[in-house]
Amino acid sequence: MTTTSTTTSRRTATRGSQGPAAASADWLDQRTGIAVAVKGLARKIFPDHWSFMLGEVALYSFITLLISGVFLTMFFVPSTNEVTYNGPWTALQGTRMSEAYASTLRLSFEVRGGLLMRQIHHWAALIFMAAIVTHMMRIFFTGAFRKPREINWVIGFTLLVLGMAAGFSGYSLPDDVLSGNGLRIAQGITLAVPIIGTYASYALFGGEFPGTALIPRLFTVHVLLIPGLLLALVGLHLAFVFLHKHTQFPGSGRTNTNVVGYPLFPVYVAKAGGFFFVVFGVIALLGATMQINPVWNYGSYDPSPVSAGAQPDWYMLFLEGALRLMPGQTEVVLGSFTVPLNIIVPAMILPGILLGALALYPFVEAYASGDHREHHLLDRPRNATFRTSFGVSLLTAFFVLVLAGSNDLIATQFHLSINDITWTFRVLLFVAPAIAFLVTKRICLGLQRRDRELVLHGHETGRIVRFASGEYIEVHAPLDEDERWLRVQQEPVRPLQIAPAEDSRGVRRKGYAADRRRQRLSQLFYEDRVEPVTPRELAAAHEHGAHPVLEPAEEAAQISAGVH
Amino acid sequence: MSTIDRYSGGSDELSAPEELPDRFQNPGLPPHRPRRGDLDPRADKTSERIVLALFGLSTLGTIGFLVAYFALPTGTDAGGIQRSTMTLGLALAFALLGIGTAAIQWAKSIMNDHERVEERHLMESSPAVREGAIANLEAGAADSGLSRRGLLKSAMIGSLALFPLTIVVPLIGNIGGNWNVSTFKHTMWKKGLRLTTDPSGRPIRAADVTIGSVVHVIPDGLDKAANPMDEKAKAIVLLIRLDPRDLHEADDRKGWSYNGIVAYSKVCTHVGCPVALYEQQTHHLLCPCHQSTFDVANGAKVVFGPAKRPLPQLPITVDSEGYLVAQSDFHEPIGPSFWERLR
Ligand code: HEM
Ligand code: FES
Repeated sequence: MTTTSTTTSRRTATRGSQGPAAASADWLDQRTGIAVAVKGLARKIFPDHWSFMLGEVALYSFITLLISGVFLTMFFVPSTNEVTYNGPWTALQGTRMSEAYASTLRLSFEVRGGLLMRQIHHWAALIFMAAIVTHMMRIFFTGAFRKPREINWVIGFTLLVLGMAAGFSGYSLPDDVLSGNGLRIAQGITLAVPIIGTYASYALFGGEFPGTALIPRLFTVHVLLIPGLLLALVGLHLAFVFLHKHTQFPGSGRTNTNVVGYPLFPVYVAKAGGFFFVVFGVIALLGATMQINPVWNYGSYDPSPVSAGAQPDWYMLFLEGALRLMPGQTEVVLGSFTVPLNIIVPAMILPGILLGALALYPFVEAYASGDHREHHLLDRPRNATFRTSFGVSLLTAFFVLVLAGSNDLIATQFHLSINDITWTFRVLLFVAPAIAFLVTKRICLGLQRRDRELVLHGHETGRIVRFASGEYIEVHAPLDEDERWLRVQQEPVRPLQIAPAEDSRGVRRKGYAADRRRQRLSQLFYEDRVEPVTPRELAAAHEHGAHPVLEPAEEAAQISAGVH
Repeated sequence: MSTIDRYSGGSDELSAPEELPDRFQNPGLPPHRPRRGDLDPRADKTSERIVLALFGLSTLGTIGFLVAYFALPTGTDAGGIQRSTMTLGLALAFALLGIGTAAIQWAKSIMNDHERVEERHLMESSPAVREGAIANLEAGAADSGLSRRGLLKSAMIGSLALFPLTIVVPLIGNIGGNWNVSTFKHTMWKKGLRLTTDPSGRPIRAADVTIGSVVHVIPDGLDKAANPMDEKAKAIVLLIRLDPRDLHEADDRKGWSYNGIVAYSKVCTHVGCPVALYEQQTHHLLCPCHQSTFDVANGAKVVFGPAKRPLPQLPITVDSEGYLVAQSDFHEPIGPSFWERLR
C-alpha cells in the first residue's frame, strides 16, 4: 500500500541522514504540525522605523520587570507583623518595623545583588510606563488605531491602566513612610466616593486604615493578578500585530495593500532580540548608577511623620497635580450627606475624562470621517490636522497637571509663592490646551502648505538667472518622484455630505437631525484642510509657472512617468 | 443610514481638459542601495570582527559579574552597598549590552538587507466563509433544540446568573473585616486621657510648652490599644502654643484651649496626610501633600488649598498634676470627608 511504503521510507530517511536539530524539529512537527506556523511566520515581513521600537521598549522592560520581580519575590515578605530590626543598617538597629519593610532592608543590604535587582525593577517600571505612553503617542499621531486595529488600541489602553495599577501596587509594598503616605491618599480618595466610600475603604483595607490586610493583598495583586492580566493582554496584543501585519509609513512602493520591510527570520529575530538586551542593559546601567527609592532613609511606615517634597512616581503625578489644583470650596453638603467634589472632580471625573477621551478617540474619529475602509498606511501627523491638534492639547493638559503635581518643588526652586503657582496652573489647565490646539493646527496647516509649495515649485536652489528681458529669477529644482510622492500620497478627508432635510416632495425626512449633528462633528474634524497637489495642478503650475526649473525636458518626462 | 458614503462610490469623472488623473501614482520601490560591506569584502570582514568583539565584551561582562559577586562583600554602610551595586550592575550592563549591540550590528551590517514585499488581505472573511459559519451555528442551534424549548433556555440563563453569588457573597461578607464603618467617626481620645509625645509616649506638662513651640502628640497608652497603628492613624494631634493675644477663638470653643495651647488633629481634612509644617510668624500649618494651609490662630480654618474644612480641634485642659489631658474625643470625625460624616 502506498501509505505504508511512504511511512517506511520516511522512517529510514529519518534514521540515516538527520542531524540533532532536524531530528528534534521532525519530532516536534510529528506531534504538533508546527511546520505550518514556521513556514507562514519565519519570513513574515515587518516594516522598519525608529518609532516602531517604542512598543518594543515597553515589551522588553516588561520582561525585565518579570525577571527582576521574580527575584524580589524570593526575599520579600509581604507582612505587616512587627519585628525589631537587627540587621547591618545601623541607623535603624533596634527599631520596630513591619516585616515587609525589614525584608526590603534585607534585600538591599544583605542579599548580594539584591539592591541592584530592586533598582533595576523600579527603573524598569518607570521606563515601562514611559514606553507605553510614548508608544501610545506614536499610534495616536500616525492614526495607526484606525480600522482594523481599534480592538488593539483598546487592549493597549487597558495595558496602560494596568501598568499604572502595577506601579502603584508595587510602590506600596516596601511599607516605608512614602509608600504608606501614598496609600493614605488612596484611602482618602476612596472615602470620597459617594454613598459607598466608607465601605469601599473597609473592603480595600480589610478594616480601618492601615490595618494588616493590605500589604499581603497588594502583594497578590502585584505579583499575580496584574502580571497575569498584563501577560495575557500583551500576548493578545502581539497576536493582533501578527494578524493585522504591521502598519507602515507612506513612501514609494508602500501601499495600503502591501507591507515592505525585512523578514522576521533572521533580520527581526536579530534586531528585536538584540534590542531586548540593549533595553535590559540600559536599565541595568540605570539600576547600577542611579539610586532610586532608598527606603532605608525613610523609615518604616508610621502615620505620623511628615515628608515634605515627596513625589509619587511620574505616571501618578498628574493625579497628584489635579488634587492640588482643585479649590477646596467645592466640597458640598447635600441634605446631611457630604459630597467632596474637591476630591471627586480631580481624582475621578478629570482622569475619567482624560482617559476616556483617549480610549474612545478611534471610534469618534471613525464616526466623524464616515470611513469604513482598512488603513495600513500611516498618516503623517501634519496631514491629520484635527487629530494632531487634539492629541497635543490632551498632552498639554496632562503636562500642566504633571507640573502642578510638582508645584512645591517649583516654588522652592524658583522662590515663587505656592499660591501664585497654583493659581497660574488653575488658569493654564484650561487655557494651555486651547492654545496648544490652535497653535498645532496652524503648524499642521502651514506644513501642509509648504508641502504643496514644494511639490508645485520645487526646491529653492539659491541660483539666480537673468532673463533676456532683464528680469532676475531664482532657479527651482523639481522634487524627485520619491520626494514628491511622499507629499501627494495622502487622500484628503473631507467633511461628510448628508442628504438634504427634505425630499423632492418637501417632506422632512426622519433622522435628519442626527445626520446634521454628525456632519457638524465631521466639519469640526475636517473643515480646515489643505488638499494635496493633483497632477493637473502640477501641470498647470508648470505651464504658467513663475519659476524656471532645471532641465525642463527631464522633468516633463518625470511627470508623465508618474501619472500614466 | 442616509449619510452618503464617500468611499464606496467610484472615482469622479475626468473633466480636465488634459487627460490627467486625479491623483499621482505610486512610483514604486526605489532601487536597493548597497552598503559598503556589500561592495568591499574588507569592510564586510571588519563588520564581522566588530560583532565578534561585542560578543566577547559580553562574555567579559559576565565573568566580571561573577568575580565581583564572589569577591566583593555588600557593605554595611551606604558607601559599601553603593560600591557593590555599582560594580555588579556595570558588569551586568556590559554582559547585556554586548549581546544586544552584537546582534543588532550583525543584522544591520551583515544580514541580507534587501527589502521585501508582502501582500495584505482584507481582515474580513469571504462571504462564502461567513455563510458557512452562520449555517454551522444554525445547525448547532437546531441540534440543541434551544429555540423550541424556551423554558430550558431561561433555566440555563437563570442558573448561570445565580451561581456566582456563591463566590461573591462570601467575598463581600469577609473582605471588609467587621464592616463596622462607624469607627471612622471616633478616635481613642476621651475625657481625662493624657496627651503624650510622639513617639516616646511621655506625658506633657502644660508649663513646659513654650510659646511658639509645636509638639507631636499621641494618646497615652497607644501601644496597649488593640490595633495601635489604626488608632494612631486617627488620633495623632498637633499641639501648638500661641501667645493668647494672637488666638481668636470661636465662642463655643472658648474653653477648649489652655493658656494659649491648642490641639488640632494632624490628619489633613483633604485626603488625610499628616499636616505638620508650621510657620511661627503667620501661625499657618501647611500640609506637605497638596499644600492646604490652615490658620492655627483662627480655628485652623483653611486659608488656601484643596481642603475645605478646618482641622478638628481636640478640647484640652490640665489634670491635677499639671499634665495636659483631653476633655473628650473630637467633636466631629477627623480626616478626609466621606458621605455620611455628618450623620
Ligand atoms: C508589570 C509591571 C510591574 C511594575 C510596573 C512593577 C513596579 C514595582 C515597583 C515600582 C516596586 C517598588 C520597588 C522598590 O523601589 O522597592 C515594585 C516592588 C516589587 N515588585 Fe514589582 N512591578 C511589576 C511587576 C512585578 C512582577 C511580575 C513581580 C513578581 C513576579 C514583581 C514583584 C515585586 C516585589 C516582590 C516587590 C517588592 C520588593 C521591594 O520593594 O523591594 N513585580 N514593583
Ligand atoms: S492631604 Fe493635605 S492637602 Fe491633600
